[in-house]
Amino acid sequence: MITILLVAVGGAVGAPLRYHLDQVVGRRTFPRGTLLVNVVGCFLLGFLVQTTSGPALALLGTGFCGALTTYSTFGYETVRLLEERRYGHAAANVAVSVVLGFAAALLGLGAGRMLG
Amino acid sequence: MRPVGTTVAIAIGGAVGALARYGVAVAIPHADGTFPVATFVTNVVGCLLIGVLMAVVERGRAPDWARPALGVGVLGGFTTFSAYALELTGLLDRPVVALAYLFGTLVAALAATWVGLAGARRLLK
Repeated sequence: MITILLVAVGGAVGAPLRYHLDQVVGRRTFPRGTLLVNVVGCFLLGFLVQTTSGPALALLGTGFCGALTTYSTFGYETVRLLEERRYGHAAANVAVSVVLGFAAALLGLGAGRMLG
Repeated sequence: MRPVGTTVAIAIGGAVGALARYGVAVAIPHADGTFPVATFVTNVVGCLLIGVLMAVVERGRAPDWARPALGVGVLGGFTTFSAYALELTGLLDRPVVALAYLFGTLVAALAATWVGLAGARRLLK
């Protein structure tokens, strides 16, 4: 029961933070706001799984990092780039998101292992 | 919508979306080294729904709160990129499963977004 509450609280913080960071970073030519939150969230989740467990991981990992990052906005922004025939931007968005997200998760795991 | 209202709508939506994702993860457990079905299903379903939602928003048929609460909040909180990336790092010694998960999610999620968007646009015409 407490886990459910922690996941909800983490989600209630992560989602608006994603929105406000996206507003600050902007996305005029490229959806870099979503890219930023996704890469940061991947690093954080990697770090957290090495350094926390139980309730803290439910709050910060499942709740906060899960809601800070998004696949639906990534998907929508990529499809919109394709519809606008900006194929290079669409391909770059997919490639950079996946490569940097994966690398950030590995880095987070490594950093967590060193400190954990 | 006023800025505070937008933030609150996104926060409530984010809590609902994160809970729904957690529910799917509990309902579809997966063993280490196997295809992460729960996150795959979550991300593909979330992408289908964002397509439908954005088609409704484009047509001006959604109330002001729909995009922040349902799109940014619920669907943004429901889908996740961090679990996707972390699960990929857990499949490094299973390259076939890792590649199937990496490209399977990308293809299915982008196709679902397009299907939701194009399908709902057609229905709303």
